[in-house]
Amino acid sequence: MLIKINGKEVETGCKSLFQVREKLYPTADNLVVILNGFQTSDDLPISGGDEVTLIEKGKLPDKDVLEAMMSARHTPHVYEKVKKAHVAVAGLGGLGSNISIALARTGVGHLHLVDFDVVEPSNLNRQQYCIRHLGMAKTEALKAQLEEINPYITISIDTVRVTEENVSRLFVNDEIVCEAFDKPDAKAVLVNGLLENCPQKKIVSGSGMAGFESSNTIGTKRRMKNLYVCGDGETGAMVGRGLMAPRVLICAGHQANMILRLILGIEDV
Amino acid sequence: MVKVNGQALDNAAGISLSDFLKREGYDLSRIAVEYNDDIIAKFMYATKIIEDGDALEIVGFVGGG
Repeated sequence: MLIKINGKEVETGCKSLFQVREKLYPTADNLVVILNGFQTSDDLPISGGDEVTLIEKGKLPDKDVLEAMMSARHTPHVYEKVKKAHVAVAGLGGLGSNISIALARTGVGHLHLVDFDVVEPSNLNRQQYCIRHLGMAKTEALKAQLEEINPYITISIDTVRVTEENVSRLFVNDEIVCEAFDKPDAKAVLVNGLLENCPQKKIVSGSGMAGFESSNTIGTKRRMKNLYVCGDGETGAMVGRGLMAPRVLICAGHQANMILRLILGIEDV
Repeated sequence: MVKVNGQALDNAAGISLSDFLKREGYDLSRIAVEYNDDIIAKFMYATKIIEDGDALEIVGFVGGG
């Protein structure tokens, strides 16, 4: 029967994971075994079409098998779909930097990063930057990190402010646009501009994730045909109420997962 | 009756969209409005008169990201 081992199709007579392991890595004692996205130490039976990944801990694999290993914990057939997707992330702060990293780890093939700003110290309480990035354009700092996380995706950047004038031109190649700005009027400019001028694009926006109110008030809603809004919808940043990593990351997770669902053709929240 | 964010209102018909939004306390620079299932451009807010049977979905954005 035909199965995939480390991303390559192989004809095998093996009937279980232990048989595959015995045949390919008879001496390895530090092996991670993944069957169809699930890591296991059991001798599970295998059948045609299965995807088996065997990773020797502490060894750097050849480049051609590294990509297969990186996606081995994905649900099967997700990787093929996300690899073709074009997603823009507008705003690379607490939401956008974390969303971009989640999408890069998921293997979203084409990421378009848009932000006009540079990294400064007050960003570090929630945004995915480090001391060494201070003063760098967020687009450049994030791109460099994403390339270290997943070198198999393409990343384009625009270090500009999104305006009513440039909004429909900037995102012309992106099927899905993630709105991840900080300022509410910037959010509205992006959302209105895209909904008015690019009616085929889907937008996943964030609104209401400040403070330390309950995690469980943050959700995902489909507010318009092509507009999904994540957050609690009301808890804005204000004097006396800051923005901190935990709740911002919850909202970023909602946005990233809605984007993944849209890529996979699922429009329900 | 006019449906606003799923709720039926009996005091919205007959005025302009911008007057209605201001009356309800919306900041016009921080919202997007879907009018009878289509996005309505900001420059139309002042001239669009709300009619009985219309449906509005108003999304307001708060700061933070």
